[in-house]
Amino acid sequence: MKLLRNIAAAALLALGTPAAALAAGEEIKFPPQIWSFSGPFGTFDRASAQRGFQVYSEVCSACHAVKQAYYRDLKGIGLSEKEVEAIAAAVMVPAIGDDGAATERKGMPSDRFRSPYANEKAARAAFNGAYPPDLSVMIKARSGGADQLYSLLIGYSDPPAGVTVGDGMYYNKYYAGHQIAMAPPLADGRVTYADGTRASVEQMSRDVTTFLAYIAEPEMETRKRLGVKVVLFLLFLTGLTYATKRKVWADVH
Amino acid sequence: MAGLHKSEFENPVIRWVDSRLPIFTMLQKEYGVFPTPRNFNYFWNFGALAMINLVIMIATGIFLAMNYTAHKDMAFDSVERIMRDVNWGWLLRYVHANGASMFFIVVYIHMFRGLYYGSYKTPRELLWILGVIIMLLMMATAFMGYVLPWGQMSYWGATVITNLFSAFPLVGEHIVTWLWGGFSVDNPTLNRFFSLHFLLPFVLVGVVFLHIAALHITGSNNPLGIDVKGPQDTLPFHPYYTIKDSVGICVYFIVFALFVFFAPNYLGHADNYIPANPLVTPAHIVPEWYFLPFYAILRSVPDKLGGVLLMFASIGVLAVLPWLDTSPVRSARFRPVYRILIWVLVLCCVVLGVCGGKPAEGIWVVLSRIATAYYFLHFLVILPVLGKFERTLPLPESISRAVLPTGGGPLPGGAAAKPMEKA
Repeated sequence: MKLLRNIAAAALLALGTPAAALAAGEEIKFPPQIWSFSGPFGTFDRASAQRGFQVYSEVCSACHAVKQAYYRDLKGIGLSEKEVEAIAAAVMVPAIGDDGAATERKGMPSDRFRSPYANEKAARAAFNGAYPPDLSVMIKARSGGADQLYSLLIGYSDPPAGVTVGDGMYYNKYYAGHQIAMAPPLADGRVTYADGTRASVEQMSRDVTTFLAYIAEPEMETRKRLGVKVVLFLLFLTGLTYATKRKVWADVH
Repeated sequence: MAGLHKSEFENPVIRWVDSRLPIFTMLQKEYGVFPTPRNFNYFWNFGALAMINLVIMIATGIFLAMNYTAHKDMAFDSVERIMRDVNWGWLLRYVHANGASMFFIVVYIHMFRGLYYGSYKTPRELLWILGVIIMLLMMATAFMGYVLPWGQMSYWGATVITNLFSAFPLVGEHIVTWLWGGFSVDNPTLNRFFSLHFLLPFVLVGVVFLHIAALHITGSNNPLGIDVKGPQDTLPFHPYYTIKDSVGICVYFIVFALFVFFAPNYLGHADNYIPANPLVTPAHIVPEWYFLPFYAILRSVPDKLGGVLLMFASIGVLAVLPWLDTSPVRSARFRPVYRILIWVLVLCCVVLGVCGGKPAEGIWVVLSRIATAYYFLHFLVILPVLGKFERTLPLPESISRAVLPTGGGPLPGGAAAKPMEKA
């Protein structure tokens, strides 16, 4: 009987689980958020993404790279050509001079975002062996997506009674194992938003998540817009084709 | 018999070519007037869909290969470059990645069609076996393709699957070293997988050609599973089935487009957007969804070699299916017991698929063992025995008698009505 009950329970569980969402062990639920970019018609909230870029620049970029992204990508969140040029020019990027020696030059919109560390070893050396991962595709690299990143950023707290946290580790209720090497990166008022938005931890987390969602999928708006056209066209074509099929087959049925 | 072919085409250019190389005559014969059973349902779309899918995979794959770098330090970044810098690169890659899933969806439905309507039975045994070979080639190609982005699942999937071969006694370790081109999954592995991933689709084209050639010798099966008795049972392929296939192709494109444009990563695994790291093993290594049932069979056996053999046997058993099923009646429509059991088999495969995606512990191991046992029971015991005892329903005299309101007129002389092909 126990076996039968187990099988029934497993079958019920299995029905509700898409094959891709194959988490295991202790399952952490990330509270679902409403994102401007979710859904088939979703777009990136430009103001939020720009504030998120500010959070990334002033906070995250001290440790985390987004090496797949270019400065020119910032045009996609509503910055002008001039603004992008200025942002890039404020960064010195490694180059080889005419004399063949390593040097630096001013960044250009066509440059990739400069990484805070020359390589993984340099980063690990600076962080006690931990490696702050590249954030270029972070939203796509976690099964919980944007919700997971947002949850992680707001998930810091003192450990509950009875839980001890290792040396140099921090308690986070949304991180697997609940111990994370990253110190709480955000605190209320950590950045000052130019548009006057109050910089609460929740607000900054939401903004930087929107920015990183854009960086992970800069093609998303184009993709969804094209998708709507393609699907509408195909529905129309299916109708025409089916009507033709009915006509062709009319004499043999 | 040398000499010019007597072409029936009027156009002088076509006629000139056709007399010297009668490809137009061949196309007209095989795809124009080709006599096709008049009673196909929409399940008969899926062969054409698979063909189109193969063409899409090769077309997108060639352009992806122009922009991909097969090196362990560059592969991941080159894929991201395709997504960001190559014009419409994201579209190419998402069509190719989701195209692999669509290919398996289409082929699995195509195989279900074959199982349900008994398309593997005489005289179509070789046609079916060629289909099994196509599936094996598809699996090898898909597996190696999944390794190319060099993400975490690419790397660890490759490690797990190639390690399976080490289970074979004596030669196992050598085979694995030979597959890897070294002593772990590394750059040489990536290079040879890229080379083979490019080669195998063209081998696939060759076997597909044989599959279709064999089909055009025996002719298609049909939902009634009875033989074509004369011209009143058939329709010319064009325009009847070109247009019916077109309807299916449109619907297939809609499903495909919904994945590509609105859920391009739904069928993939998030971990594959993390660059491969030989020092960090993912919590759960799972293959792509289309391999999950086989993965469950593999893991259902506590012994490694046993699991590997059973997994290969699960495909091997399909190859000998024409001789395991002893029932002379093809279509499940006239086999009241088989008609239920085929759905039990589908359920069994779904259960295996779900188990394959779960950690190999607790209830999932029990379930996958039960499902694995049933899978083999179905093919090795139930089918041979059922054919001897099942009381099948009377078969219709002919396709036209069964599907036309007028009964399709008298049967031509010689083709005497055989309402019970099975005594």
